Amino acid sequence: MDLSLLALSPPGWGGVLLAGLFSSLQLAVGGYLLGLIIGIGGASGKLYGGPIVRDLLEIYTTLVRAIPELVLILLLYYAGTDLVNQLTALLGLPSVDISGLAAGIFVIGVVQGAYSTEVLRGAIKAIPAGQIEAARAYGMSPFMTLRRITLPAMLPYAVPGLSNLWLIATKDTALLAVVGFSELTLVTRQAAGTTKHYLTFFLAAGVLYLAVTLVSNIAIGAIERRARRGMVREA
Amino acid sequence: MSDTAQAIEVRDLHKRFGPLEVLKGVSLTAKQGDVIAIIGGSGSGKSTLLRCINMLELPSAGSVTVHGETIEMKTDGHGGLIPSNRRQVQRIRTRLGMVFQSFNLWQHMTVLQNVIEVPVHVLKQPRDEAIAVAETLLKRVGLYEKRDAYPAFMSGGQQQRAAIARALAIQPLVMLFDEPTSALDPELVGEVLSVIGDLAREKRTMILVTHEMKFARQVASHVVFLHGGVIEEQGPPQAIFEDPKSERLKKFISSIH
Ligand SMILES: Nc1ncnc2c1ncn2[C@@H]1O[C@H](COP(=O)(O)OP(=O)(O)OP(=O)(O)O)[C@@H](O)[C@H]1O
Ligand SMILES: [Mg+2]
Repeated sequence: MDLSLLALSPPGWGGVLLAGLFSSLQLAVGGYLLGLIIGIGGASGKLYGGPIVRDLLEIYTTLVRAIPELVLILLLYYAGTDLVNQLTALLGLPSVDISGLAAGIFVIGVVQGAYSTEVLRGAIKAIPAGQIEAARAYGMSPFMTLRRITLPAMLPYAVPGLSNLWLIATKDTALLAVVGFSELTLVTRQAAGTTKHYLTFFLAAGVLYLAVTLVSNIAIGAIERRARRGMVREA
Repeated sequence: MSDTAQAIEVRDLHKRFGPLEVLKGVSLTAKQGDVIAIIGGSGSGKSTLLRCINMLELPSAGSVTVHGETIEMKTDGHGGLIPSNRRQVQRIRTRLGMVFQSFNLWQHMTVLQNVIEVPVHVLKQPRDEAIAVAETLLKRVGLYEKRDAYPAFMSGGQQQRAAIARALAIQPLVMLFDEPTSALDPELVGEVLSVIGDLAREKRTMILVTHEMKFARQVASHVVFLHGGVIEEQGPPQAIFEDPKSERLKKFISSIH
């Protein structure tokens, strides 16, 4: 293995790989956060919404979880950008150039949102009913109850599921290689293809993905300890 | 009609759960300084009555007036009532300090955070003032040392005393207690009753659902016996416990002793 291929500056490809990693992380963070926002809305809608809202959300979560992610990503990516272009044309606006990053975040966010909805719904249902009843009894509005009581109280139940989703988000970014987004997997393939040193580059990419997971696990541990601060440790 | 000497006035309250009519026309008045004990058998509707006062349970008919202000209700189209002004309900709730059977402290907050939560976030009091008040209250209920503890790490008696401090922190017009000692181990009942007893002696208005007959007799100014969805008998504690009129009350009292 020729490690000089991984040097940060050309002719080494290290800098390119790191730039790809940075793009992957942007995608993952953006998509994950968008997914969380969709998840909070989706879980609230599923738990407290009217029958129509609940049915629509059920269709959303079922579809997203039924269709292979790669198919979804292709579908959302091309259909999504196409839709935006048709809309701007319809409104007589000049066609916009949708950034790959924005489209990628949208795609990952929509996929993650379905899973987040289910994780958060389960976590909210795990909160002892008395916690929310006390909030109501003391005059909190539904929104304040959500912000001050429901979300922090469900966190200990949600952290394991949300942590998994984050790790999945970091790896789902690789699927965006198929639409030509220069994230870590795509640039790795380019580097490997150009130099024919497949093993070196794919191992390097693997190490980078592993590093992301390891660092994430440390952060997740800290978040979990914080979320569980009010809970008695299980024996 | 806005008689503010009357802390709470419940008029002809009905509540049904589907086919089951739990309250069949209950009227109740609590004047400032009254300590009203609600007694009755299991399932007689004591909790339901208490929970209708702050609209945790929505009455099917009747009205609730707090400090001269009647809670505005409209029909929900299914033979029940819903509040027509959610803000009014929220505002009135901040005047009623509810204490639950199972404490219901917010588990992700320390004792102190529980006590200042409503003053700071709902009543918008300055945080440092709320903390000062909370610390005084916690000293009062003997929990000053526990102010930074999380509820799950405390005994039931301590949690209930913290919940009472949380209720007192909103400077409530009326305290509502729903069997505050029923979830406690017997040896912890005393510490909670002694706190509630102190509140009664300083003439705080309160409505107390309880199975502790001896305690009801000591602290109540007025006792209400619920049976079959109506007030079967009511009066001062001596009359209720020493000279019950109705057969049902006689039976209930003898079954307790
Ligand atoms: N949410 C509900 N849905 C259906 N039925 C209910 C509901 N809440 C209470 N009930 C019924 O209403 C009746 C009165 O209940 P309530 O809790 O008011 O009784 P209680 O007098 O407080 O009894 P206890 O002493 O056991 O606490 C019971 O038969 C109960 O099963
Ligand atoms: Mg009850």
